[in-house]
Amino acid sequence: MKKTMILLAMVFSLLMVVSAFGAEPKMGGTLVFGRGGDSVGLDPAYETDGNSFLVCDNIYEALVFYKDESTALEPGLATSWSITPDGKTYTFYLRRGVKFHDGTPFNADAVVFSIGRMMKDRNLKFTNKNWNIPPQDRPPEYWVSMEMDDTISSIEAVSDSVVVFRLKRVEAPFMANMGMDFADIISPTAFMKDPKGFLRNPVGTGPYKFVNWVRDDRIILEANKDYWGQYGGPYLDKVIFRAIPENSVRFLELKAGNIHICQFPNPADIPMAERDPNLKIPSQPGMNIGYLSFNHTKEPWKSNLKLRRAIAHAINRKAIVDNIYQGMGQVAKNPIPPTMWGYNTAIPGYKYDPELAKKLLAEAGYPEGKGLDEVTLWSMPVPRPYNPEGLKVGIAMIGDLKKIGVTARIVSYDWGTYLKRQREQPKDMDLFQLGWTGDNGDPDNFLAVLFDGLASPAIRTQWHNKAYHDLILQGKTTIDQAKRAKIYEEALQILFDDVAAISIAHSTVKWPARKNVMNFKLHPTGGVRMKNVWLDK
Amino acid sequence: MLGFIIRRTLVVIPTLLGVTVLIFLMLAVTPGDPAELLLGERATEASLEAMREHLGLNEPLYIQYGLFLKRLIKLDLGETIWTRQKVWVEIRERFPATIELAFVAMILSSFFGVVLGLISATKQYSWFDYASMLGSLIGVSMPVFWLGLVLMLLFSLTLGWFPMSGRISVETDLQIITNFYIIDAILTRNWAALKDALSHLALPAIALSTIPLAIVARMTRSSILEVLRQDYIRTAKAKGLSQFKIVMKHALRNGLIPVITVVGLQFGILLGGAILTETVFAWPGVGKWIYDGVVKRDYMVIQGGTMLVASTFVFVNLIVDILYAVINPRISVK
Repeated sequence: MKKTMILLAMVFSLLMVVSAFGAEPKMGGTLVFGRGGDSVGLDPAYETDGNSFLVCDNIYEALVFYKDESTALEPGLATSWSITPDGKTYTFYLRRGVKFHDGTPFNADAVVFSIGRMMKDRNLKFTNKNWNIPPQDRPPEYWVSMEMDDTISSIEAVSDSVVVFRLKRVEAPFMANMGMDFADIISPTAFMKDPKGFLRNPVGTGPYKFVNWVRDDRIILEANKDYWGQYGGPYLDKVIFRAIPENSVRFLELKAGNIHICQFPNPADIPMAERDPNLKIPSQPGMNIGYLSFNHTKEPWKSNLKLRRAIAHAINRKAIVDNIYQGMGQVAKNPIPPTMWGYNTAIPGYKYDPELAKKLLAEAGYPEGKGLDEVTLWSMPVPRPYNPEGLKVGIAMIGDLKKIGVTARIVSYDWGTYLKRQREQPKDMDLFQLGWTGDNGDPDNFLAVLFDGLASPAIRTQWHNKAYHDLILQGKTTIDQAKRAKIYEEALQILFDDVAAISIAHSTVKWPARKNVMNFKLHPTGGVRMKNVWLDK
Repeated sequence: MLGFIIRRTLVVIPTLLGVTVLIFLMLAVTPGDPAELLLGERATEASLEAMREHLGLNEPLYIQYGLFLKRLIKLDLGETIWTRQKVWVEIRERFPATIELAFVAMILSSFFGVVLGLISATKQYSWFDYASMLGSLIGVSMPVFWLGLVLMLLFSLTLGWFPMSGRISVETDLQIITNFYIIDAILTRNWAALKDALSHLALPAIALSTIPLAIVARMTRSSILEVLRQDYIRTAKAKGLSQFKIVMKHALRNGLIPVITVVGLQFGILLGGAILTETVFAWPGVGKWIYDGVVKRDYMVIQGGTMLVASTFVFVNLIVDILYAVINPRISVK
């Protein structure tokens, strides 16, 4: 009897194992992705919004890919690359036999064309055809903000499958930048056929190709049957991106089975999704940071470290994450997410301790807040990926500050004005909330652009720290990643000790999906890749 | 009659010019920089400057206005800031959806509004009168947003009678000719698509029609009541005409004149109400487009959109005025 039971159990567990591994991807089907808004355009060089990029992610490909669930790099349209010891010449060896959706062969000229059209001074060399690229439609936003004109000096097609990038300066994050959407490779013939219309008729090399776009309603993609990849998808016949602006309606459509994935549901709907047997909830810690920072151009914030520390220990960040992020986030210790290399695990984060905060406040010269004017706390008027409700977070912070005797009030403007005035570091700003979503998985993309005030007066936290600034420069010009990681760990320590800013939270992305959506993974960059997704049943 | 129509049409031009000035002044005092919104957190001084330059935002306002007028004369509304498309292309893609929705809502609200109002007036102080007037009070005060969600929960999720959102199902193939889906379905004799498009229209049209319906019903009731007190109605009664004939032949024609004005004005409200309805029902129309334009400070969208809505409104009221003259010839004489 006992033996039979054991045997049965063994057979059963064997079956379980087989069924788990036996989940062979099925071909076919149409997946409907429900999202909050339409794409703005589909030319990766000029887009700035997530809803455009997540469609581009499936149509286009770049020279290098980010891995499935991280921003580590792997070969993409380039099979390999080499960097000269001085770090200024990058040679890419391209994949052969790849074709764009319109039949145009992918080659070195296409790379020179795609990237080169974003350059201000087009120092380009083609091998076969000298494309006369028309002037830019508008400044290519990512190219400009990633300072690519200051980085790239020339792009040269050496042969049909070799491209050489020469740089003006050593730029360690260069390879990571080449994996970003703006560096996607487009079909030169399709672009030249109608340069102004390209953003509505995109042609790339990706696993899905563009079919149709009904504005503010849907974008339809279909499988690229000639996709070069030998393993994996595309498995689906069609992918439809539907715009359903109202969060609750989008969620109802998911429950009713009319869409397969629901982007950005209301946090309050997540528990309902958890209880629904037809749904599952893929989640991914976002590559982002919501922070509270100081007006470092103004006293007492500029030179009173004890005061900054007092504020840091007064804020109850766990309560903010629990109640306002509604669990869709984690308390931050560093201003870069824990999944990123260079993260300093030794930093404990500022402990919530009102008593310690009071003590520090007294030592700072303001016992029980006496002598400190009413503090203005700037808070965002709109939900951002890193902070669902800036005003509510601000109100919670005011309550926390009140407990140590500091009176504060909220200041807010419409979003455009907020961003503009904040950069001017006005006198009526003491503390401000802001945040960031990472682009390329490189710590430089957080630590330089957010906190290195010495680099530019336009940096949003005007904290001037020579040691930090030197480390950031060193990080930019060191190619070896292990060495760079050490540099950033050190920089994070300085930032923490000097309380340049207070890291509040990293938000977590949770997008409920139907149970039969298989192999759907959220990417830290916020990208949506349908290549390996398939539908069961 | 023709002279009246021409005079009324000419008045449209200064009205629309006034609208453009108003929009420009409003944009001038509204804070917010489209370049800043476009670039978000990652804006650098260099990228902002390049973008402002590109968008022509560095020009003083009166020059921007002059450029706008210059284009307008050539019937060119310019290019949107965000999507970098011709404004008229964007309008052409979305306006039919809004017109389709607003038109059906207007038919629903005018027909049921007049019927309800008429019955209430002829059966004043009956239970039907009380019920319909209470109903229309609720109708006027009901937020479209909330009503939309309730309709969806009831008729889509629970009963499954109508689709929840969108203009047509993802599986339905429809050849687009005019972009009015109902017309396109009829033109191509695609009856499955027609049924699908109509069933998608049902809930948003009902949601959008509630407020105008309630207003029309109340207006009809009071106007008919007024007419029914007139001497000629008493004469008709004395003549021995049936109640039905009196109402349909004598009361209705005179009682409807103020109602037609209200229906005309309601069309403007329908276009405004379409913003919320379109958002709730994911209806890809012009209302949502203008709203997004305001949020993103896309001046080109705001200008083009308001010009469009204003001209539609003026145009509808022109038709109302002409209808007026048809119903009551004394008006055109003045």
